[in-house]
Amino acid sequence: MPPIKRTKFKLALEQLLEMFYWLKLIRGFDERLSILVKQGKVRSGVYTGIGQEAIIVGTCFGLQKDDFVCPLHRDMGAFLMKGVDARTMMSQMFAKSTGLSKGRDSALHSGVTELGIFGNTSMLGANLPVAAGLALTFKMEQKPNVVVAYFGEGASNTGDFHEALNFAGVQRLPILFVCENNQYAYSVPLEKSMAIEDVADRAEGYGFDGVSINGNDVLAVYQATQGALARARSGEGPTLIECKTYRWHGHSEHDKAFYRTEEELAMWKSRDPIPTFTTYLKDLHALTDDKLKEIEGRVAATIDDALEFAMNAPDPKAEDATTDLYA
Amino acid sequence: MPKELTYLEAIREALIEEMQRDPKVFVLGEDVGPYGGAFGVTQGLHEMFGELRVMDTPISESAIVGISIGAALRGYRPVAEMQFADFISCGFDQITNQAATLRYRYGGRATVPIVVRAPSGGNVGGGLYHSQNPEGWFIHRPGLKVVAPSTAYDAKGLLKAAIRDDNPVVYFEHKYLYRRAKGPVPEGDELVPIGVAATRREGDDITLVTYGAMVTPSLEAADRLSKEGVEVEVIDLRSLMPFDKEALFRSVEKTNRALIVHEDVKTLGIGAELSAVLMEERFDHLDAPVLRVTYPDTHCPFSNILERANLPDADKIAEGLRRLAAY
Repeated sequence: MPPIKRTKFKLALEQLLEMFYWLKLIRGFDERLSILVKQGKVRSGVYTGIGQEAIIVGTCFGLQKDDFVCPLHRDMGAFLMKGVDARTMMSQMFAKSTGLSKGRDSALHSGVTELGIFGNTSMLGANLPVAAGLALTFKMEQKPNVVVAYFGEGASNTGDFHEALNFAGVQRLPILFVCENNQYAYSVPLEKSMAIEDVADRAEGYGFDGVSINGNDVLAVYQATQGALARARSGEGPTLIECKTYRWHGHSEHDKAFYRTEEELAMWKSRDPIPTFTTYLKDLHALTDDKLKEIEGRVAATIDDALEFAMNAPDPKAEDATTDLYA
Repeated sequence: MPKELTYLEAIREALIEEMQRDPKVFVLGEDVGPYGGAFGVTQGLHEMFGELRVMDTPISESAIVGISIGAALRGYRPVAEMQFADFISCGFDQITNQAATLRYRYGGRATVPIVVRAPSGGNVGGGLYHSQNPEGWFIHRPGLKVVAPSTAYDAKGLLKAAIRDDNPVVYFEHKYLYRRAKGPVPEGDELVPIGVAATRREGDDITLVTYGAMVTPSLEAADRLSKEGVEVEVIDLRSLMPFDKEALFRSVEKTNRALIVHEDVKTLGIGAELSAVLMEERFDHLDAPVLRVTYPDTHCPFSNILERANLPDADKIAEGLRRLAAY
């Protein structure tokens, strides 16, 4: 397999700070949700992506409006970065009528077509054929847009994964398959669910390139993404990027995650994507103490505002349990 | 004399006319391309519309449906072919969990205008996996529409209506009827509306409700009963979800007796639902229990002797009518 070319990129300091803001906002949002579950204020359906934020920020940063993302249940950040406001997302978690699904489902089982977001069901991997369908329309229209489709290493064992990647390979679709390899499919560790180490190896079987990268390095993710996007936009077909990472919390907030050791968790926490990037930005003199304080304030204000909005938002009406089934 | 087409030709003509009318309509499935489909339904379409609008796919039923959903989200109207209705189980999740729920979980802000064509039914020597009538699975899933034409006229008119419908529609086309049913077809923009039954024979004594390949033997049985002094009204449902409750009620209010005939298995086939609805809403009009003549609760065997033992025919239907008349 030919190696994936390193893509040069240049980001202005403001862009780097924007990336930093997104990392902090997504982390902050999930941390707040985790607390709200413990307080019994959010009913259930909270699957945080704490520890995995660099993947979403590195892949979503700089996407075009018409590009599509097909996020997972942990990818709140993809919704936010693609343009859904924090109030709407918090409403969604509170099952309020102001949420995307108007209280009909929790978490991220919704989407906004105008913003280029397709949210999956609970059937992991089932978003991938839909992502291929979206990408097929870009090919039909010869539009230079792309689809970024996310999946976990667990979902790479499903039939839908195989069917979608195979089809994308055959049709040379403008699509980027992003594997968030966080080592566990709920409780089952990687080595119990696949006989290879790298999900990226699977791409070869579909006739396109796959690469494994450090998913906790936002700039590494961004760099790999830019290369893959350029290829997809110019008609060179799909790429699989496997981002190695780790989820700090359990599968859901109700999962105590006893299936892994404290040492393992501590090791991965030492690879937290945010401090690494903070140090990088400070070394560049892009992030001053004042700037850091300003960003942290903006993050806290956004989340506080979203929370207040959601808690005071109207509940769904009982009759809406049976509406919107048919157009 | 008006043009007459076979049921199969009527389906093809509907596809061609809709594809000519609307560039967003396209066809995908296994062997639908240059080969023209396993039964020849899409013969000639590949030459007319090219490989992006008449697309051969890998053997990937789940992806075929998922791709259709993705394309539909971007405004396309895909017509997905399951080579045999029996294979629809491989695309079950995408139909029932993805397509059927999408509008609901999007808070009413999305439509999924896909058609899944499913060649169904027995009496063709197909055996266990080329004879099934799985319509019950989909009638049971809110968010889907289900149709099953019995004539060339309805095959064309209902397919055109299904393609123009903004909801996911599962279109059961009966293989036994492909070349046996022949007749006039609607022209131009004339559609057969989804949800409207057709009265195939009028009668005052018994209402017989059926659809698909069971219409012809039902009419034959009705003719026999007529000679015995019992006039049977035969209603062809055409649409199974939504079904035409009003037509059913109008007839039963007149006849006070109902027999339901279907090729699907008995337990929880649509007959169970029709019977329950009559009990709940027209109990005062019934002079006899609602009876059913259906396939028994078993698989579709290959041997002609075994299959004939299972399939409802004019003899079995006439017997059911006599039992009902005796009340």
